[in-house]
Amino acid sequence: MARVPIIRIGDMLIASVQEDINDREATDLQDELFQLLERTGAMGVILDVSLLQLIDSFLGRMLREVALGARLLGAQTVVVGIQPAVAVTLVELGLELTGVRTALNSDKGLRLLRQLMARTRTGNWSWNERSRKH
Amino acid sequence: MNARESTELLVPIEGESGIVNARSLARNIARELGFGMVDQSRIATAVSELTRNIVRYASGGRGEVVIREVAGPADQPGVEIVVSDEGPGIADIEFAMREGVSSSTGLGMGLPGTRRLMDEMKIESGAGRGTVITIRKWRRQSGK
Repeated sequence: MARVPIIRIGDMLIASVQEDINDREATDLQDELFQLLERTGAMGVILDVSLLQLIDSFLGRMLREVALGARLLGAQTVVVGIQPAVAVTLVELGLELTGVRTALNSDKGLRLLRQLMARTRTGNWSWNERSRKH
Repeated sequence: MNARESTELLVPIEGESGIVNARSLARNIARELGFGMVDQSRIATAVSELTRNIVRYASGGRGEVVIREVAGPADQPGVEIVVSDEGPGIADIEFAMREGVSSSTGLGMGLPGTRRLMDEMKIESGAGRGTVITIRKWRRQSGK
């Protein structure tokens, strides 16, 4: 079974979802991310979905559950690289990715994640404050 | 019957791999028929939603998908996909088509979401009679 490798860099976990992921593999990825968050104490997750040509209701729900679950484990999640055609389809399908932070690409996603993580550490949630160095 | 050669494909659905298989074949055919990226995504997603219902609810998670090329009302190229199973069927189709009904029970975004992705959708079903859902999408005439 093709697995999604999860890479750990510092206190971040990065996973790139493969193109033809099935429901079981998506659920496995979710479980594994939660286990790794608990084991490593990582505070940020990047989920790269740029290879996905399709996000249906099942995958969409998985993305939302990862983001919400990770937050309960003290980590921030950014989903990066949703393809334009996929975004249109998600909207028409009626799927709301409520509570899911997204970024256009992994560069922007990393920048956003670092900001979110810095604010989690300092407990400072104001958008205007400059985040402290860590 | 048809003068020109047309594409028709039968995809048996059995378990989760059937979902991935059916949606990628539907996308391939849509691409061959000249559908754009967004329509390819709509069609593949609709197939994913409908075949997942088979895997989740039909007896033994089995059913089949037929993907075929059809001509639209203005003779534009189109794709027709028939998703059928011999599962428990839908007792109240009107109720199932109501917004927000099925999403809470795990039926994906349900049938209304799938309907929005396509140009046409027809449901034939009844309690204990299995389900046949036919969806169609026509290619936009603009461009080429």
